Amino acid sequence: MSIDRKAVDHVARLARLDLSEVELDVMLTELQEILGHAEQIQALDLDGVEPMSHSVPMVNSMRPDEVKLSLTQEEALANAPEVEDHRFKVPRIMEDEG
Amino acid sequence: MTQVQDLYETTVGLEIHVELSTASKMFCGCRVSFGGDPNTRTCPVCLGMPGSLPVPNEKAIEFTMKIGLALGCKIAEHSLFHRKNYFYPDMPKNYQISQYDSPLCHEGAVEISGDWGTHKVGITRVHLEEDTGKSIHIGGGGRIADSDYSLEDFNRAGTPLVEIVSEPDIRSADEARAFVTDLRATIEALGVSDVRMEEGSMRVDANVSVRLKGAKEFGAKVEVKNMNSIRSVVRALEYEEERQRKALDAGEMLVQETRHFDEKTGVTSSMRTKEYAFDYRYFPEPDMVPFEPAETWVGSIRESLPERPAARRARFAEEYGLGAKDVEVLTSSFKAAQWFEAAAAAYPGDAKKVVNWIIADLFGLLNEAGLELWESKIAPSQLANLVTLIDSGKISGKQAKLVLGGMFETGNDPEKVVAEKGLEQVSDAGAIEAVVDEVIAENADAAGKVRSGNLGTIGFLVGQVMKKSKGKANPQMVNELLRRKLS
Ligand SMILES: [Zn+2]
Repeated sequence: MSIDRKAVDHVARLARLDLSEVELDVMLTELQEILGHAEQIQALDLDGVEPMSHSVPMVNSMRPDEVKLSLTQEEALANAPEVEDHRFKVPRIMEDEG
Repeated sequence: MTQVQDLYETTVGLEIHVELSTASKMFCGCRVSFGGDPNTRTCPVCLGMPGSLPVPNEKAIEFTMKIGLALGCKIAEHSLFHRKNYFYPDMPKNYQISQYDSPLCHEGAVEISGDWGTHKVGITRVHLEEDTGKSIHIGGGGRIADSDYSLEDFNRAGTPLVEIVSEPDIRSADEARAFVTDLRATIEALGVSDVRMEEGSMRVDANVSVRLKGAKEFGAKVEVKNMNSIRSVVRALEYEEERQRKALDAGEMLVQETRHFDEKTGVTSSMRTKEYAFDYRYFPEPDMVPFEPAETWVGSIRESLPERPAARRARFAEEYGLGAKDVEVLTSSFKAAQWFEAAAAAYPGDAKKVVNWIIADLFGLLNEAGLELWESKIAPSQLANLVTLIDSGKISGKQAKLVLGGMFETGNDPEKVVAEKGLEQVSDAGAIEAVVDEVIAENADAAGKVRSGNLGTIGFLVGQVMKKSKGKANPQMVNELLRRKLS
C-alpha cells in the first residue's frame, strides 16, 4: 500500500493540522517509510493469528465507583483562553471545514 | 387509515442513549449529577489534559452488562474501547472514548405488544461510552449555525453513557412508543439510570424510512433528533412518516439527512448540515486494556436481573386476572407496577377492585396534580385499607371517593379521613331501624303503596332515610329493612 500527497493532505485535514507544502513533502516521505515497514509485516503468513490491539498481557483494568475530589471552578478554568459565565468561551463552531 | 398509507411501509430503527447513575464518572472520580454550578465537577481526565489517564468505572461496566442481559443480549468474551475522533468543543480531548466493532453486548431482542399483536424487535448492540459536555450557543437565537460563539460546561463530560441500537424492526410510531416504554421500564427496574427523557438522561434518536410495500431496497434513511418525551417520539415519527409518504406520492426523491423535531410545532426540519461523510478514524484506545468479563461475574449479574416487562405483563394478566388495557397501564413503569403490587398484597380480596380504584379514581387525581402513581401521598397499603373499609360496609362507594380525595390531599389513613369528615357509614341495625320507622310513620302514603306491591316507591323511602341519616346509613341495609317492614 502506498500513500500519495493527496492522502497526506486529507489525513492532515482530518487531524486539523495546517501543514505547509514543505511539511507535506516531509510527511509524505515519512509516512511512506512507515507504511513500507507495515508492508513487511503484511507479507508474513498471519493466518490464525489474532489481531493484537494492546501489547500488555492484561485485561479488565478497572477502578471502583468512588467519588474523588474534583478541581475547583477556578482551577478548571485557569487554562481557558477566555471565560464567560464560568464557562469556557470558544469561537463560533463552524459546521464544515471541508 | 387511508388508501395512500396502505401503499407504503415504514421502517424505524432507534438509537437510545442512557446516562448511567453511577456515583462517579466513567473514567475519573468526578461526581455524576444533574446540573450544578458550571465546571465544578471536572479534573485533568475529563478535561482531557495531556498526560492524564482514564481508568474505567467497574460499576458502569456492570450496569452496561445488566442492560445488555435484560435486553437478551450476549456478553462479548472480548471487548474493546475505541477512540472516536472528531473535533467539537464539547469534547475536550478531540475524541470520545466509545466502542466500535467489539461492544460489551450484542444480539438481543425485546418483545413488544399492542393492537398489532406481539412483535420482536432485535437489539443490534449495547455499548458504553462517555457523555459530552454541554454547549450554550450565544447569539443567533441560540442556534449553532447562526451563533457568534459558544460556552462550554464540562460537568457532564465523562458521564457513563450507554448506547442501545435496535434493528430496523419497528414498523410504526405506536410500535416505537411500545418499544421505548418497555425499554424505559426495563432500565428503570434495573436501577442503573434515572431514564428521565426531559432531563436528557435518556435520549432517543430515530432512523425512519418509508418505501413502497414490497420494495427490495430501503428508502432514504432520515435521522430524527431532539425528541424529549415518549409522546414526542410518537409525534415526530407520525409527522415524519406522513411527510415521507406525501413526498413519495408527489414523486419526489427523499434524501438521507438529519432532521430536528420541534416540540412546539410538531414538525421536523432539516438540520442544514452540509453533507460530508464523517471520518472518525476509530482505533483501539491505547490507554485501556481489553475487557474479558469472567463468566462468574456475568452469571451473577444474570441471576440478579429483575422481571422483564413482557414477563410482568403476562404475570399480571394471569395472577390478577387483569385485562390487556389495565395491564398496560400498570406495567408502563416499573415503579407503577411495584406500587400496584404492594397495594394488591395488602388487600385480602380480589385485586381487580384495587385496580379499579387506581385507574378509575386515583389516576384522575394524579393527572390533575401532574403526579405519577408512586409520587402520591397515598401509600399502597392505605389504598388497600380504603377498599377494605368499603367491603366491610363501614363506608359506601360514594363516600370512599370523598375519602380518597382527603387521603390524596393529606396522606392520612382512610380511617382518619373518615373520622375527620364524619363519613362513617351507619351499619348498626338498631340505629337504622329507628330512622326507618320514623320515615315510614312520616310517609304513610308512600309506605302504603309499597305494601300494596308498588315496589317502585321504595326508592323514595330509601332516599328519605338516607337524607335523615345525612347519607351515613348503609343503603343496602336500609333497603332490606324497608322491604321487610313493608312486605
Ligand atoms: Zn473528572
